[in-house]
Amino acid sequence: MAAELHVALVAADREVWSGEATLVVARTTSGDIGVMPGHQPLLGVLESGPVTIRTSDGGTVVAAVHGGFISFADDKLSLLAEIAELSDEIDVQRAERELERAKAEGDASAERRADVRLRAASAR
Amino acid sequence: MGAQLRVYKRRIRSVTATKKITKAMEMIAASRVVKAQRKVAASTPYATELTRAVTAVGTGSNTKHPLTTQADTVTRSAVLLLTSDRGLAGAFNSNAIKQAEQLTERLEREGKEVVVYIVGRRGVAHYNFRERTIAESWSGFTDEPSYADAKKVAAPLIEAIETETADGGVDELHIVYTEFVSMMTQTAVGAQLLPLRLDEVADKTTAKDEILPLYDFEPSAEDVLDALLPRYVESRIYNALLQSAASKHAATRRAMKSATDNAGELINTLSRLANAARQAEITQEISEIVGGASALADATAGSDK
Repeated sequence: MAAELHVALVAADREVWSGEATLVVARTTSGDIGVMPGHQPLLGVLESGPVTIRTSDGGTVVAAVHGGFISFADDKLSLLAEIAELSDEIDVQRAERELERAKAEGDASAERRADVRLRAASAR
Repeated sequence: MGAQLRVYKRRIRSVTATKKITKAMEMIAASRVVKAQRKVAASTPYATELTRAVTAVGTGSNTKHPLTTQADTVTRSAVLLLTSDRGLAGAFNSNAIKQAEQLTERLEREGKEVVVYIVGRRGVAHYNFRERTIAESWSGFTDEPSYADAKKVAAPLIEAIETETADGGVDELHIVYTEFVSMMTQTAVGAQLLPLRLDEVADKTTAKDEILPLYDFEPSAEDVLDALLPRYVESRIYNALLQSAASKHAATRRAMKSATDNAGELINTLSRLANAARQAEITQEISEIVGGASALADATAGSDK
């Protein structure tokens, strides 16, 4: 059995990451979900949160995903997000500044975005 | 220098300056087309995946959604027209506007009220000049649209379509944009965006006899569809914006290229005329000198006698 799934993490304006993986963990509106090869075809709505991809060469890719979808069929998994950033693309200082600003202004969605970024960045 | 020659010289100078400008604009547009094309290509994976997902939900469940069901009687349609902010692009804007007007006319013939939304200053100016009402308009990003711009445009449209017709909502959404076929060909097209014709979408994506798997929906088919469709509309509008931008740059490039060519031709013609004028001047001077000399010679020859 092919114990691999092909993952494509796609943002609205670019393809962020694609490759082979053994496990993908993402947060849907009804809770965290882990997808391994051979999973049932799935289509779900993502919450903004970090997505963890365990690649087949043993590495881990973490990305901050803000809203979007997960769709899985035939060992092909696509993560569609309006905005998606890999953890090493995230500017931690900027995210921290954003978080403080959002907290001060009481902007809940901006606060959540910054928080997700920071969590993804700290997981790398 | 004769007056005639001076006039020619001055015109050559001014045409040369214009040629330099159009040449520069041509080159800028050429580089922007490439950039815009790259953006179109970069946005394609998202659009394809999204279309696949929409098809999957639409065909895999019997969910009814305002964005996919055709109203029994369509009383009001929205038309979104994409133009550019700036001109100097040949027939680019007039073609798009013409297409929009044909579509409007067709819809009105079918007894529908048409609400117009416009992107780009050119389209707005066209409608304002004719004192037609515009429901909403956006401008300032047509050269390099971002996804956030597409969201901004899509938001009121989605809201309008979700509103009941009696409360001023619309039943249909059409989009008029310029499709980027190739560097040389761009065609203005009008397409129905909503309500979604799922069979049509399915035809496009599953042309290779692909059977879509039975998906498990998380949390539920309705919720997925609810979240998917606005994204689908945004992505379609984003794609249309990008294609329009690429088409606009290609049209500008072509218009500026022919302007540069024409300027070159004009300079050639003017140089010939200037040369002829100079020659005529020289010839005249020679004949004046020869004439004067022979008159003098005649005079002295006469006095000698």
